[in-house]
Amino acid sequence: MIAAILIILSITAFIGLVLGYASIKLKTDGDPIIDKIDKILPQTQCGQCGYPGCKPYATAIANGEADINQCPPGGDDGVHKLADLLGVEYKPLNAEHGETKPKSIAIIDESTCIGCTLCIQACPVDAIIGAAKQMHTIVEKECTGCELCLPPCPVDCIDMVEIPETTDNWKWKYPIHSIKQQN
Amino acid sequence: MELTDKIFKFFGGIKPSGYKTISTVNPIKRLPIPKKLIIPVRQHVGKVPNIKVSIGDKVLKGQILAEPIANISAATHSSSSGTVVAIEPYKIPHPSGLPDLCIIIKTDGKDEWIKRDRIDPSSLSTDALYETMKSSGIVGLGGATFPTHIKLNSNKIKTLIVNAAECEPYITCDDMAMQEKTKEFVEGIQITMDILKIPHAIIGIEDNKPKAIEKLKSTLSQSKNISIKVVPTVYPSGDEKRLIYLMLGLKISKEKRPVDFGIQVFNVATLISIGRFFYHSEPVISRIVTVTGALKRPNNYEALIGTPIKELIKDAGGKSDQEIIMGGPMMGFKLPHTDVSVTKAMNCLLAITDDMKSKDTFEMPCIRCTKCVEVCPAQLQPQELYWHAKSKQFEKLTENYKLFDCIECGCCSYVCPSNIPLVQYYRYAKSEIRDQLKSSEVADIARERNEFRLYRLEREKKERAERNAKRRAQTSNIDKKKLIEEKKAAIAEAMKRIEEKEK
Repeated sequence: MIAAILIILSITAFIGLVLGYASIKLKTDGDPIIDKIDKILPQTQCGQCGYPGCKPYATAIANGEADINQCPPGGDDGVHKLADLLGVEYKPLNAEHGETKPKSIAIIDESTCIGCTLCIQACPVDAIIGAAKQMHTIVEKECTGCELCLPPCPVDCIDMVEIPETTDNWKWKYPIHSIKQQN
Repeated sequence: MELTDKIFKFFGGIKPSGYKTISTVNPIKRLPIPKKLIIPVRQHVGKVPNIKVSIGDKVLKGQILAEPIANISAATHSSSSGTVVAIEPYKIPHPSGLPDLCIIIKTDGKDEWIKRDRIDPSSLSTDALYETMKSSGIVGLGGATFPTHIKLNSNKIKTLIVNAAECEPYITCDDMAMQEKTKEFVEGIQITMDILKIPHAIIGIEDNKPKAIEKLKSTLSQSKNISIKVVPTVYPSGDEKRLIYLMLGLKISKEKRPVDFGIQVFNVATLISIGRFFYHSEPVISRIVTVTGALKRPNNYEALIGTPIKELIKDAGGKSDQEIIMGGPMMGFKLPHTDVSVTKAMNCLLAITDDMKSKDTFEMPCIRCTKCVEVCPAQLQPQELYWHAKSKQFEKLTENYKLFDCIECGCCSYVCPSNIPLVQYYRYAKSEIRDQLKSSEVADIARERNEFRLYRLEREKKERAERNAKRRAQTSNIDKKKLIEEKKAAIAEAMKRIEEKEK
């Protein structure tokens, strides 16, 4: 009887130690599913989904608060990927959150800019440089095309310009072959 | 590496009809200098070179138009003398049909050379040689257009392999060059060996070029350090890994490159250019182009870079609306328009024949006959690649089916009984995957910048709160009552002043 109790106790103590050690050693920071969702999101940080950035939206999806079809920049492909990751049914993009547009970047018309710094404060990726009463300019390479700088501009000097297709970013197209009628 | 007579047959490959003799009847032809040269600024893989001329400038033959700005970049030269009339986007020979920056030169017909100094590679240090080569404009003229100076800057090379296989049907530019420019070719090999400091070079040539083989054998009969190895005609023997295996029996795994085994492979035209550069101080201003296919007089042309291709097609007896493939029938692409000019990459212009047209119009379902597996020299599963590319399952393509090991040789499309344009699907999938990778890199940067911004805002908020707390603490130390009285006195004084004024 005592031997049996001792054996059970020692087994539970051993397992307890192993589990305790594992929980310290293999601790993960944050929720890995949030990071996985965040990795799929385009990082435009535009807020069209109704959340103040991609990470908050990823968190909301992970918590079941948001749907997977609220990200227009991610497009249909993004929804497919999210559906695959989360094992849920695909659904088309929710039109309430806007529609997928071709990739663009913001350009400041520098002769009209009055240097109010409002756009600098709005940019989620710090891609606008300038100072009060100085002309502002956009670092094209860093611009995500989120359009958040457009509404605060008091003189409407920012335009969204579509990224043109060049030989550098050109892609081979999906092969389409016309079906010829056989006589 | 010991050279034996043994031939090591690689897996797969096909034996299509060559159609080579139709363009080798007559010697290489030169056309009069065109009135206008349209020279794309970038004709190589890598960075766009820096333009050194402006509109209205007089330029001489061989003058640098654009200078390389980085290591992986090459110079662009003027191929004749004349005046720069425009620097603007113009149609270039690219599958997209999109324009790119070109320098347009109105020639003066004098064909006046820039002053040339002979360069002696043996007197130059390795670094100086590297810099000199950079301004030569020499790139891989087999079609890959990778800047050659990078391939020469290595001390690990033990064997130089000359790729004279020219395995694609119709193309004969290297064949003709070896026959007519034998001396320059051998000079080029010799000088490349000197630069790489290696004692031996092997020319790998397909047995369908008897005239070139004979000519080379007689020229090299005295030479001990350049040998010739004749390989059977199997497409794609001109792929460098396939050629190395054929000649040396050395199998290079997919992750490695020939350089890792001390082997460097150069194309015939590239070596001739190297020879011309060092013996005649001539940068790449012309190249040999095979103009063939459904034309009255197929021929090889030594064309100035920038020559409108319509002039070549017209001379070869073609119509102005002829559909043209740039490159060979296996790996080339159809030019979206023929208003383009000769570039360094252009080894062949193939006028599409009726035969080719009828083949690619009927795409039928894949019946999984695996004929494509039998011919794939990269030993892939083309039918699986097709299946996943068609259904856009890109992840599986790279992980399970090694899409990026595909060399796009087109053997699979050639044997496909359903006429499926397999390579087109692979090209589509490859460019989609590359684009996704690029976007995810961009997204990573955006995420990092956004996170830093949030951290910065948070920090600023904290700093502000600290500053305010400090100020508050300071003010509480001073006697508050005194402060209020002082303020009241100041207000009273001001009121008094106003009253006096009103009086």
